[in-house]
Amino acid sequence: MAAKELTPGQRRFSPASLGADLVLLGWFVFSLFPLVWMVLLALKTNADQITTFFAFTPTLKNFGIVLSDEGTRLTSVNFTDALFNSVINCVGAVLVSLVIGIPAAYAAGRWQYRGSNDVMFTILSFRFAPELMVIVPLFVIYNQLGLFDTNVGMIWVLQLVTMPLIVWILRSYFQDLPAELEQAALLDGYTRRRAFMMVALPLVRPGIAASALLAFVFAWNNYVFPLILTGSRHTPVTVAVTRFLGGGGQAYYNLTAAAALIAALPPLIVALSIQRYLVRGLSFGAVKA
Amino acid sequence: MTTTAPPRPSGTGTPPRAPRPVPGWRRGLRPYLLSIPAVLIIVGILYPFVLGAYYAFLNYAAVVPRPVFVGLTNFVEVLSDPVFWASVRVTAIYAVTATVVETVLGVGIALLLNRSSLVGRIFERVLILPLMIAPVIAGVIWGLMFNPQFGVLNHVLGLGSTFDWLGEGRALWSVVLVDVWIFTPFVAILVLAGIRSLPKEPFEASAVDGASWFYMFRRLMLPMMWPYILVAVIFRFMDSLKVFDHVYVLTAGGPGDATRTLQIGAYQNSIVNLNYSQGSTYMFLLWAIVFLTARYLVSVLGKAQRRAAGSEE
Repeated sequence: MAAKELTPGQRRFSPASLGADLVLLGWFVFSLFPLVWMVLLALKTNADQITTFFAFTPTLKNFGIVLSDEGTRLTSVNFTDALFNSVINCVGAVLVSLVIGIPAAYAAGRWQYRGSNDVMFTILSFRFAPELMVIVPLFVIYNQLGLFDTNVGMIWVLQLVTMPLIVWILRSYFQDLPAELEQAALLDGYTRRRAFMMVALPLVRPGIAASALLAFVFAWNNYVFPLILTGSRHTPVTVAVTRFLGGGGQAYYNLTAAAALIAALPPLIVALSIQRYLVRGLSFGAVKA
Repeated sequence: MTTTAPPRPSGTGTPPRAPRPVPGWRRGLRPYLLSIPAVLIIVGILYPFVLGAYYAFLNYAAVVPRPVFVGLTNFVEVLSDPVFWASVRVTAIYAVTATVVETVLGVGIALLLNRSSLVGRIFERVLILPLMIAPVIAGVIWGLMFNPQFGVLNHVLGLGSTFDWLGEGRALWSVVLVDVWIFTPFVAILVLAGIRSLPKEPFEASAVDGASWFYMFRRLMLPMMWPYILVAVIFRFMDSLKVFDHVYVLTAGGPGDATRTLQIGAYQNSIVNLNYSQGSTYMFLLWAIVFLTARYLVSVLGKAQRRAAGSEE
């Protein structure tokens, strides 16, 4: 086998590399153990959850309870509805952000216009603003407008999560696109709009998909907005999971774990499917990997 | 690229109609028109934001039927309240500790993963799992593991059934531990991507010159990686200043106010005690801290990027 070319900092096998692998293995265990534990706990019966650690007879009953009326009775929140709410909120929020964000990202990526940086940094500042500063007034406004505990209200407030992400990531993709491509299209007789639709947009499709999916993950994982701005009818999963913790003095560790597992699966699957684009997405386009 | 020539708009072979020339003033307006929807949304979000800042200057609470403008009274009250300063202290300790530990561990893990050993390549695929779980769910899972009697940690680590992870004096470190568990992969994948994008030539040249690995790391790799590390640090530090989710679900700010970060303090004031103005004052002050820190860190980042690109300051 030909020797593979090494990237900076790489070294070929040595006794020290065994030690390095052991260190990595240590982190690996620390990192995955809580997830394994969540799965184990979700498979335990009520009796096993407090008497056993690793040796027990697994059962799938908990998932049935969480998703059925029995779970609703314990937590006064219907978990199936919560899943449905999360899907509606997140898909809705991402779609709104895409429709609004793509033109803005294109404008900011293609032209330096007066105020373009102000617009971009205002959008970015939403990402870093303390959520409660917005939530308290929104709580008052939503109660006046009748948006409290509605999916529309959640889609609006989730723009704080999805918009900065989508606009900033897509701007970096549009910036990478050579302006000559669209100019060639214009020379061929395309209008600006068609050049954008037929040339620029298809070329950034991977960026659009990745940023939309990542925005979906973050919208799904959001907790503080629905905690305060939803009641019991339009609760999304993140809030619904925590309802299993305080079940009137009785502890339902196994049910909590089952609910947590169900709630964690969609973002995990999505994240693993866009792994190639994650670095760029997580850094808002600052690190292009 | 050869595949990027646009397809002819029609397949009939007739040349497309030349577009009407767009007047110059409309061309100049184009980016603004494209940004209008985004700006509208921004206004929709800025309105509550400004309203929140305004609340900080009222005596707005559920028990006050007609709130009035009270000037800086809230700020005087909050800034002279030891409970607020305890929150500032908790937030600062939390943010600094979490950021430092995550950066050190993240850079270390990135360096180890960059060796591309078999273990590393397998591990790289699952590295981000904790990062993609909702922080509140991470809090829930860790809460179950922290439980003194039934939790698995005391069992596995042999700590008996009385060691309380979330007890007085330990709670803050435990919630930092959860933060480290969630967000170290964030630093690691950013830095790893940075390392992999570094040019190879300087390293080859210094290897030819017989430089030691440590010398190369210290003098070449670290300065070139620095911008990537800083991006990760900025994200982590800003986010831990406004931490809420997993801390709230683990301790709700307790025991006492041992883990009462500023956002949890604002939550208790606004939502639990229904004193909106006091909560907004907390948030206004936190926002100011975040804003100033962000400006400072971004200027540091700019300098580091210019240095890494090779130009002297």
